[in-house]
Amino acid sequence: MPGSADPSPDPQIVPRGRNGRAPDPLRVGGWVEMREHRDDEAVDFAIVGTGAGGGTLACRLAELGFSVVGFDAGPWWRPLEDFASDETHQQKLYWTDERICDGENPLVLGANNSGRSVGGSTVHFAMVSLRFRPEWFKARSRLGYGADWPLDWREMWRYYDLVEDALKISGPVNYPWGPKRPRYPYRAHELNAAALALARGCEALGIAWAPTPLATVSAPRGLSPPCVYRGFCVQGCATNAKQSALITWIPRAVKAGAEIRDLAMVGRVETDPKTGLATGVHYHREGRWRFQRARNVVVAGYAIETPRLLLNSADLRHPDGLANGSGLVGHNLMVHANQAVYGTMREEVRWYKGPPTLALTEHWNYQDAGKDFHGGYCYMAQGPLPVTWAGIVAGARGLWGRALRDEMEQYNHAVGLKIVGEVLPDANNRVTPADETDELGLKAARVTFSYGDNDKRLIAHAMRAMRDCLDAAGASDLWEETDDTAHLAGTARMGDDPRSSVVNADCRSWDIRNLWICDGSVFPTIGGVNPSLTIQAIALRTADRIKALAARGEL
Amino acid sequence: MTERFPGYDVLAKRHTPSWNAKTRQVIDERLALPRAPRFLSPAEFATLAALCNRIVPQPANRPPVPVAALVDDKLYENRRDGHRDHRLPPAREAWRRGLAGIAAEARRRHSVGFETLDAAEQDALLRAMQDGDIAGDWGGMRPAMFFAKRLLLDIVTAYYGHPTAWNEIGFGGPASPRGYVRMDFDRRDPWEAAEAKPGEEAAARSENARIG
Repeated sequence: MPGSADPSPDPQIVPRGRNGRAPDPLRVGGWVEMREHRDDEAVDFAIVGTGAGGGTLACRLAELGFSVVGFDAGPWWRPLEDFASDETHQQKLYWTDERICDGENPLVLGANNSGRSVGGSTVHFAMVSLRFRPEWFKARSRLGYGADWPLDWREMWRYYDLVEDALKISGPVNYPWGPKRPRYPYRAHELNAAALALARGCEALGIAWAPTPLATVSAPRGLSPPCVYRGFCVQGCATNAKQSALITWIPRAVKAGAEIRDLAMVGRVETDPKTGLATGVHYHREGRWRFQRARNVVVAGYAIETPRLLLNSADLRHPDGLANGSGLVGHNLMVHANQAVYGTMREEVRWYKGPPTLALTEHWNYQDAGKDFHGGYCYMAQGPLPVTWAGIVAGARGLWGRALRDEMEQYNHAVGLKIVGEVLPDANNRVTPADETDELGLKAARVTFSYGDNDKRLIAHAMRAMRDCLDAAGASDLWEETDDTAHLAGTARMGDDPRSSVVNADCRSWDIRNLWICDGSVFPTIGGVNPSLTIQAIALRTADRIKALAARGEL
Repeated sequence: MTERFPGYDVLAKRHTPSWNAKTRQVIDERLALPRAPRFLSPAEFATLAALCNRIVPQPANRPPVPVAALVDDKLYENRRDGHRDHRLPPAREAWRRGLAGIAAEARRRHSVGFETLDAAEQDALLRAMQDGDIAGDWGGMRPAMFFAKRLLLDIVTAYYGHPTAWNEIGFGGPASPRGYVRMDFDRRDPWEAAEAKPGEEAAARSENARIG
């Protein structure tokens, strides 16, 4: 219509969270009311990042009555109208700003570990929702490696219960590993052939397997329909079956009075030169730099953007960056080893159907006998879509020409297993400011990573285990993908001692008492399971602790 | 090349519940992509097109996937990956240096441009590049590193992001909101590609003609 405004401007260019309203991610064209704060009004909490850590914390703090503004560099999607069933297009969900990767094993970042959306990486995560093995919270004293967490597994178990209920995790009636846990709120999903292959292999080997507990509903929940098995989970769920932070914690946060600002990149946390305390955040939105005052600042940008922001916020009083009295900000970066074994089945598998990881075994997370390494791993069924699969086939095997085309034609018969393997903390694996700057003039992150000897032994063990499993499942022509990683952790670890940690058990900075860090950065060790459930459990605990501290006048 | 999924056309599902409006929009844009380069020069683009023909050779009996134009589009739009191996420059610069290096290597070996070589000569040059047997340093970038981390991945991911490639491998393609129902081994929903088992090509073709 001539003269009329575009009814739906591009959410990657024009913010949706403004003018007293927020998008409703569950309705086409939907809006809800949102409380707004002035920049010069000091809010109780300015939270940088709205993913599994920041989104969850924003929700609970708002529900506990605190004033909250959450910032996210990414857009605020309505999946029903914004998400295509297309791998290439949906790369818009990933953090694709350039990061410089070095070390002996330069990391591949973006698609599998870095989101750029309100809701963070949970908008494109694979929904795998696993609890830590209890002993991992005391890895140093109980298992002899890594570092102890300042948290007790029994307390974490209670918070896991709460997260699993909040997300209505779909999972099996009986979970074969670890201490007793409640029934999963929703029944497990039907297994696809890729998952049945894992089950077949594990049963032949005599080890336990289970349907994967997943954050996508198997029955209706409010406006979320049950998962339709379309298979584009890590490209963003277009039906809202996936229980991401975008459709769970964030709407609750807005309803409880939190303000979320999308397309708002925080570039610096400001501190008072006299007291050293945080006073607010400088953020870039709608073409200009602004400053939001806050009584507390929470950094929740995940294990690269969190240390990047803390280090880029260095000032006269904190020349080595904020919260960095220990010198550990940016150190002990961890990932999950994410190697795979693939093969070919005589039957049609069609692994593009359903969530990609419908079955798993945590056998080697809980079984310590026979290991020549510290830590553990699980392995899961796989279901890469064609662009991803072509990248693996070409990247891992160097295939091109006729050989590539022939292998790709086997797509519907391909099957695979991938580990989520525990990498040990190493102070030399780290995030530092690079010389290059981004479009806003902020120093980019340099990410240095090398596998240690223990990591290499774990990977070798896992490769043998997955080969045995696929072989027992009847797959032929097995081959290995040897260099992939997933997830991020570390770089601002929690602990009991200010000399050897960045934050305490409450995610509160030792150095700056009104600065908090609440995301996977605080993990002292990474365990052998996907981190999202643990990040959310820590965020729930942090909110409760903040409430208790505030009640005692200790905030 | 024999067809594994004869007659299967993922675009036949465009107006079914497997495609939502956003999907139709982005696939329409991909199919309508300009064939002329917008980032690379005509000479660079000619080298790239020849490269693409060797990395993903295509059958002559159907319209080709415009692989080089898809790669050029990624560079034109400056769509980045979120990570950069420190041994490589940013993607645009890497491609400029890489294409210049390949052209120079072709002239050094055969005194003509890469696109003028025959297929065997082109493959030999690419294999030497992949195996680290091309000496030198293309402006600080090792040819083997460029091949493994940039050239190969950018070309194959462009090709397999195109609906024509999905037809060849029997991928169901876009699937929202309909999704799938039959999950077990050897089970196929009526809107999925039928594979031609030996001697049953006609049956598969007939099944694939009904998909919609």
